[in-house]
Amino acid sequence: MAPRTHSTVPLGQKIELWLPRFVVSPLFALSLFFVYGFILWTVYISFTKSGVMPNYSFEGLSQYERLWATPRLYVALGNMFVFSALFIGISLAIGIFLAILLDQRVRIEGVIRTIYLYPMALSFIVTGTVWKWILNPGLGIQNFVRKAGFEEFTFDWLVNSDYAIYTIVIAAVWQSSGYAMALFLAGLRSVDDEILKAAAIDGAGSFRTYFSVVLPIMRPVFLSTVIILAHLAIKSFDLVIALTGGGPGYATAMPATFMYSFAFQRSELGVAAASAVMMLATVIAIVVPYLYSELRGTKQ
Amino acid sequence: MSRNNLGGIVQQKGTRHLMMRTLLFLTLGVFCLYYLIPLIVMIATSLKSLEEIRAGSLLSLPQDVTFDAWAKAWSSACVGVRCDGLKPFFWNSVAMVVPAVTISTILGALNGYALTKWRFPGADIIFALILFGAFIPFQVILLPMARTLGVLGLAGTIPGLVLVHVIYGLAFTTLFFRNFFIGVSSGIIQAAQIDGAGFFGIFFRIVLPMSLPAVVVTVIWQYTQICNDFLFGIAFTVGDSNPVTVALNNVVNTSTGVKEYNVDMAAAIIAALPTLAVYVIAGAYFVRGLSAGAVKG
Amino acid sequence: MSDIRLEMVKKNFGATEVIKGIDLAIDPGEFVVLVGPSGCGKSTLLNLIAGLETITEGNIYIGGKRVNDTPPRDRNIAMVFQSYALYPTKTVRNNITFGMVSRGIPKADQDAAVAEISTLLQIERLLSRKPGQLSGGQRQRVAMGRALVRKPDVFLFDEPLSNLDAKLRIEMRTEIKKLHQRLGKTIVYVTHDQIEAMTLASRIAVMDNGHIRQFADPKTIYEDPVDLFVAGFMGSPPMNMMPGKIRTLGGQCVVSTGGPEDEPLDFLLPPALSERACGQEGRDVILGLRPEAIFAAGTELPGANRFIFERPISVVEPTGPDTMILFHHAGLDVVARVRPEDARPEGTLFMFEADMEKAKLFDAKTTLRI
Repeated sequence: MAPRTHSTVPLGQKIELWLPRFVVSPLFALSLFFVYGFILWTVYISFTKSGVMPNYSFEGLSQYERLWATPRLYVALGNMFVFSALFIGISLAIGIFLAILLDQRVRIEGVIRTIYLYPMALSFIVTGTVWKWILNPGLGIQNFVRKAGFEEFTFDWLVNSDYAIYTIVIAAVWQSSGYAMALFLAGLRSVDDEILKAAAIDGAGSFRTYFSVVLPIMRPVFLSTVIILAHLAIKSFDLVIALTGGGPGYATAMPATFMYSFAFQRSELGVAAASAVMMLATVIAIVVPYLYSELRGTKQ
Repeated sequence: MSRNNLGGIVQQKGTRHLMMRTLLFLTLGVFCLYYLIPLIVMIATSLKSLEEIRAGSLLSLPQDVTFDAWAKAWSSACVGVRCDGLKPFFWNSVAMVVPAVTISTILGALNGYALTKWRFPGADIIFALILFGAFIPFQVILLPMARTLGVLGLAGTIPGLVLVHVIYGLAFTTLFFRNFFIGVSSGIIQAAQIDGAGFFGIFFRIVLPMSLPAVVVTVIWQYTQICNDFLFGIAFTVGDSNPVTVALNNVVNTSTGVKEYNVDMAAAIIAALPTLAVYVIAGAYFVRGLSAGAVKG
Repeated sequence: MSDIRLEMVKKNFGATEVIKGIDLAIDPGEFVVLVGPSGCGKSTLLNLIAGLETITEGNIYIGGKRVNDTPPRDRNIAMVFQSYALYPTKTVRNNITFGMVSRGIPKADQDAAVAEISTLLQIERLLSRKPGQLSGGQRQRVAMGRALVRKPDVFLFDEPLSNLDAKLRIEMRTEIKKLHQRLGKTIVYVTHDQIEAMTLASRIAVMDNGHIRQFADPKTIYEDPVDLFVAGFMGSPPMNMMPGKIRTLGGQCVVSTGGPEDEPLDFLLPPALSERACGQEGRDVILGLRPEAIFAAGTELPGANRFIFERPISVVEPTGPDTMILFHHAGLDVVARVRPEDARPEGTLFMFEADMEKAKLFDAKTTLRI
């Protein structure tokens, strides 16, 4: 659809017509190259026999076969599943619970909200550092409770390969549940006042008002919050590195740390690329339908 | 975001009501402790000596307050083989954050404006394609990015890291400004066009002054994201050019010598201070950024 | 049926006084309209009656029972909101039954009530739809249905028609009036539209700045406004209010308006008015004449106490059934309502006739009616 270039249109106006496109095109070009070009590059590498250095001869699915033969991958996938389910579930529960509590005309709401949300401003590395200290069996909670008189108390999840993954859940929930709260609170506040007044006149108590009127209205907020938390969970890398370093052994490996260690520590570019492609596929499966519905929603 | 007009609904007063209010505040208080205790522990530990840490307990307050751990974390703790503390890495972070935030915000504003107020065929598709960039797991671009930085001669440098942050921050900044400009009446743009202003004239003289809140929200968002980044830092910088998050992780996870928990905690607070300070000063905008990042479109 | 009684009701929001001590007694079955400019406190007053706001001082009685501390659900009221406030995720049926579900009314009774109301409001076909699928007028009906279904003693309406287009608004106005005649329940209705107030109310309370200026039936409000505010608020186009002075000319009492720029007019006061107003030579007054009290000379049946004068026409505004003719006088544009065939072009010198029987006189200082 080329704009009609009439001979009487002055040059200045023609430039003006095309300016928006000139402005957007560098960004678009960057996006094409650095996002889509790189994705294609990574996808291609995953089909080659690249090792320490990229090798561009096509090898079919051999890297995927090697990837799927790596036991560590299944640990990482299992961890991601457990972690995502618990992290999303608990953060949602705490978030909605706190949002409803804060919606009860609490005078010092601003202060409390600030306290609930500040962990979100921290780097996951800081969060990991702090929880590593608190969960440290020698000097942390275990030691604290033992000194309080419970000599037999044991809380060594951080160094126990069966439970270490839950320490990541604990720290991640601490950091992100306030965020879920803020999203829900904003959602609660966006419900029309008159609807709540109508519910009061209809005789609904607070419990019924929330569960029968307000929460159903907030369905889109639920959806966005789940998507955001899921997205955080799949990308989680920093926290694992800082809290457990993926250990003990590789007990708390996640796809993101798996990919990183194969790419930068073991120099197995092909396997790393294959695992990155799997991560991308997972994110696409979650995010694309969501974005599609969101963008369609705006147009209406 | 506070709601004032429902406060007045007449409610049954009485003991039940009073009990519920008490329970409400108790619960809120317990959760305040839940979120605050790690911070308190972090500060308390950083002010103790190592002996006191070993002898005392997690939640005890420091008996002899000492700032030795802070001094050490700042200027003499060992990060890898170098023992200058976090200081040089802290300045690395500053040198990375300032240009990265500035450039990505300006470009995002310009693009958001062009995509919403000067709609052209395909603008929506272009936006959707750009937006997708905000969601990709960055693992998928780590390998080609490392190669590209190498080709550009920027591997392991702070300018290289700035470039990476600008590129992958653009999707978000464009999104923020697009969402803001969508709410700006197109009538204003048309009126300015009739008055003879052009694309850039309207942008600088009309749109940009109006979008100060969006600028603040975007700057704070980008600042927090880039300050707190770890993945790009660890993947694309080496040793001396590490940002502070990577250095902190190195301090904490260094396996040589005695474990100095007080220095770890002081280092963690130092690394957290830049974003924490912004959160305390501009909390409202921070929250707006978080929800703007949440409710897309 | 219940009466509503307000005793010295006050409401403060922080330091701002919004309702400044209101006494109001509404009889059972009455249709009372609260009307006033925006910010006058009429919606707040309605919310106080509903229990959606807590009163700061005073007492509210509904059906003889003091309800200051009674939650909305126990006041036996129903309310229709400006935005309709339908529950967007519930079907029309569930919107209507929600109040009964909350109160634990048996399912069979709910169904019977829904059937009755949906027939009454002709919304049977909409029952399984969601509010998002309804037109503005349909939503309005559903909102009414939700209020009617519980058969409360008192209905409260908060500007229920202001989101409808002009045609639908007039239709629904008539329907609300019919419903009231049929059900005979007490209604308190808030609006800023004075025509709605005139057409619906059995009594109108004109509010301004947290006070009730006048509480009376529509005819009294229109014919006998207590002060300048009520006189100016009711009526469209508004009453002409010409500042002037009381004079005695040749033994007769007149209000002298206009001048020195334009030629003064000496409106001759009818006996009833002059009795009340005269004797204070030079007193500052405001002469109020509604547009329909000024017409083309000789076009109405002759009557006593007419005042005829001549002025050039400045603007002509046809409205269809009537034409408004404006002329400059006393620093304002005075509006006269004439039959379209009597109108003349702008600039023409025109002979006006004022029916002084309908003139009102207000004290310029106190703004009260003389």
